[in-house]
Amino acid sequence: MTIFYFVAFLSIFFALMTIFTKNPVHSVLYLVITFFTFSIHYILLNAQFLAVVNFIVYMRAIMVLFLFVLMLLNLNKESEPMKSHLVKFMGVIAGACLIVTLLGAFKVFESSNEMVTAHENIGLVKNLGKVLFKEFLLPLEISSILLLTAMVGAVLLAKKEKVVKKHG
Amino acid sequence: MDNIIQNMQGIPLNHYLIFCSIIFVIGVIGVLIRRNMIIIMMSIELMLNSVNLLLAAFSAYRGDPSGQVFVFFIMALAAAEVAVGLAIIIMVYRNTKSVDIDSLTKLRW
Repeated sequence: MTIFYFVAFLSIFFALMTIFTKNPVHSVLYLVITFFTFSIHYILLNAQFLAVVNFIVYMRAIMVLFLFVLMLLNLNKESEPMKSHLVKFMGVIAGACLIVTLLGAFKVFESSNEMVTAHENIGLVKNLGKVLFKEFLLPLEISSILLLTAMVGAVLLAKKEKVVKKHG
Repeated sequence: MDNIIQNMQGIPLNHYLIFCSIIFVIGVIGVLIRRNMIIIMMSIELMLNSVNLLLAAFSAYRGDPSGQVFVFFIMALAAAEVAVGLAIIIMVYRNTKSVDIDSLTKLRW
């Protein structure tokens, strides 16, 4: 039971470090640690498949992409654009207002104070695969088309444009 | 594994709600206070992940595997979004030589 609170504290701490660190590379590394703590949360919820997918997709693929782009653009602490302190202060105040609103809403909605019970084998690959390929077969195929479209779009966008000669 | 399941018996659903909303708000604050486009996209990832965790928590609470399937679809969507977004950022950097979000003011009147 205490594991959850410890890992939750770690996630919040590293998420805060992600948005308040000046150096973008350190920011990406803190985000990787945050995603790792999210993987631990999935394991605690007995969702092993999601934990593994989170580990592979977020921590490896997306983070490698972010780090690659950061290093490709050669950003560092000196070239990092920062907002003024007034705007930062206003942003933090706006976020605080949002969380107060959310917490007030949860306080009104009181019926959710029951315990979360991790079921034995909901999150295992066997059970989840059956649900995925029986009830959600069409969305799965459509999401594969989405990934293909995103890949083609990314290549098309990032490709250097040819210099077009104007005739007349 | 039984030990971990035993450990999970005592967490109220409310605590998951509070924890995920805190992470979501941290993402919102990150979008508001940073000017680097890549960091803004990372904050959006943080928000997506907090919603993912809440969906997984509700799925465990209800004993319904559909929530975890939704999380799987959101992850596929996030991967596509990151690929296209980073391509756009590279294109903007090629044209303006900076990743400052304030350099994109062409559409502002």
